[in-house]
Amino acid sequence: MKISFPHMGYSYIALKWLVNHLGHECIVPPEPSKKTLDLGVRYSPEFACIPFKILTGTYLEVAEKGAEIILTSGGMGPCRAGYYWVMHQYLLDEIGKKVKVIAFEPPLCDLRDFWRKLHRLRVSGGLSVKAFIQVIKVAWEKIKAIDDMEMQSHSIRPYEEKRGDTTRALWEALQFVDEANSEKEVDEARQEGLRVLQEVRRDESRDPVKIGIIGEIYVVLEPAANHYLQIMLGEMGVYTDRSIYLSSYTRKNTIVNLEGDIFQVARPYLNEAPIGGHGVNSIGETILYARHGFDGVVQLAPFACIPEIVAKSIIPAVSRDFNIPVLTLFIDEQTGKAGVQTRLEAFVDLLEKRRELKRQRERWAI
Amino acid sequence: MKKAYLGVDVGSVSTNLVVLDESNEVVAAEYLRTSGQPIATVQKGLYSIGQKLKGQLEIAGVGTTGSARYLSSMIIGADIVKNEITAHAIAASSVVPGVNTIIEIGGQDSKIIILREGVVTDFAMNTVCAAGTGSFLDQQASRLTIAIEDFGNLALQAKNPVRIAGRCAVFAESDMIHKQQLGYNNEDIIAGLCEALVRNYMNNVGKGKEILPPVLFQGGVAANQGLVEAFKKYLEMDVIVPPWYDVMGAIGAALLARRAVDKKQKSSFKGFNIREITFKTRSFECQGCSNACEVVQFFENDDLIARWGDRCGKWELQAV
Repeated sequence: MKISFPHMGYSYIALKWLVNHLGHECIVPPEPSKKTLDLGVRYSPEFACIPFKILTGTYLEVAEKGAEIILTSGGMGPCRAGYYWVMHQYLLDEIGKKVKVIAFEPPLCDLRDFWRKLHRLRVSGGLSVKAFIQVIKVAWEKIKAIDDMEMQSHSIRPYEEKRGDTTRALWEALQFVDEANSEKEVDEARQEGLRVLQEVRRDESRDPVKIGIIGEIYVVLEPAANHYLQIMLGEMGVYTDRSIYLSSYTRKNTIVNLEGDIFQVARPYLNEAPIGGHGVNSIGETILYARHGFDGVVQLAPFACIPEIVAKSIIPAVSRDFNIPVLTLFIDEQTGKAGVQTRLEAFVDLLEKRRELKRQRERWAI
Repeated sequence: MKKAYLGVDVGSVSTNLVVLDESNEVVAAEYLRTSGQPIATVQKGLYSIGQKLKGQLEIAGVGTTGSARYLSSMIIGADIVKNEITAHAIAASSVVPGVNTIIEIGGQDSKIIILREGVVTDFAMNTVCAAGTGSFLDQQASRLTIAIEDFGNLALQAKNPVRIAGRCAVFAESDMIHKQQLGYNNEDIIAGLCEALVRNYMNNVGKGKEILPPVLFQGGVAANQGLVEAFKKYLEMDVIVPPWYDVMGAIGAALLARRAVDKKQKSSFKGFNIREITFKTRSFECQGCSNACEVVQFFENDDLIARWGDRCGKWELQAV
């Protein structure tokens, strides 16, 4: 079968390998472009949020390339994204595309359904259970390697001497992961990729301000949806850490995962969790970034996203109590890059000035 | 020769140029309509401000700001390029030291800047709504066949401002037409519109911000006395309109230029007479990878002076 999936950052490299090695043919989703958005806006309800519209566009593009099945995530709880796959199926049927959308609900919510869907993928691909598990393992290792390299790139970029060096090094590094075919090869690719990134010429005398990126998962994870925000900030000389990576749920190497229960952290401000999407996370993560000495936080939210709107109206109190500035960017198809850039430049000016004053006060205190 | 500093603010609606002397006083200012032609307008503005100075001052530093700040910096040869939020804040703190709140309404954007002890602590800019900005007022004035300059004074003559829906420019306009059809007089409608715009601004950009005096109101729209009064009424505090309210962005850019050249020693200013130079932009699609970036090239006469738009930076590097 010809299988595709949503485009989310660089994860397509691992998912492409997974689909191909399950015995299916992968239709790689193109990076969301203006064309994707045009298609998505044309066929989506106007008040759907930007992730919905980009996915509609992506699905139509992969359908054009011959995809028969689209794998996506479901979701439980109050955020409407949990029903997006149902809506997308209706839309695709209505437009006359012969594509089936299969959504994986969180395993904890319906374990049997989860296994049934996996089982179908395995049987139709003709793999033994043992081989199937092995393939999933390698793909998972790939996702982790990709995330490791991306994290590394965000800590190197603010120091790069020539704009674009880090981005090009990252592309080269990702290529290694793309070509790896076993757990061992993925590990070697990871080492090699990190080495290539380390070799980027850097000006270590710089002193970047630190910004944490929080918000709704799709606009945080897909650079094409957020105007390549982390790259833009990195090239402005800012160190960024983002709250969500695909592999981060199971790992301890991101700041947000160091602290255990995020809902617990947010509780003094919102006693109601979850409220859907990443609303509570945004509140909790602002607190975590403040505690870890970050200078500021950028909240990314799709226009009209209720969970993020709730978070936004609570964040000023958090911002005051923890003395950390927060900039909220609402994203929809009308958002222009110039507007985002202006706000970010001003925000970085603000953070630098604040840090300067804070250090001055500290010196006086001594 | 005495030193002076040039600030240039190229926005969607107006292009402003200001020259400050060494005591930061405005010695020359120029307010032009951009009319969608930033390059030609900057050339024209620069020439006429050069005429005003009569060669008596030496430009020791140049700063640009506004939405066309990068483009204009290449035309003029700027020493610093700064976003308009920072530029406005710098200018306001130099005019009124200790200012705590800045309301800035320009051609297509409106912003609020919160300062404490001279440092910007928070800001917001309108995102999805243009109600209350200069362009909208322009449009309504011409619909009522009133000169935009008279708009504010008419509002002041109102006895009973009508309540107009201010949530959105489109609704505001249809509500205004509705009130006209009911026979309300123009003064009351205009005053009502001013109040609606203030409500819209406070709900939109001002939401959740702690507004403390002194409050400064700047940007082209601050010329509108009706809006100034509406802000005073809503905020229940005094609202100061600085003398150079319409060119504050340019003043900020000039102040920043002064600081920049202190570090940099020599200015990159190309001189006032750039009228004869033709500036052109051309673009092409890079075929290097699947990103297919649109690369923009900027020419001064026939010389390529800058390139941008590529994500990997490879074209940008070649231009330098």
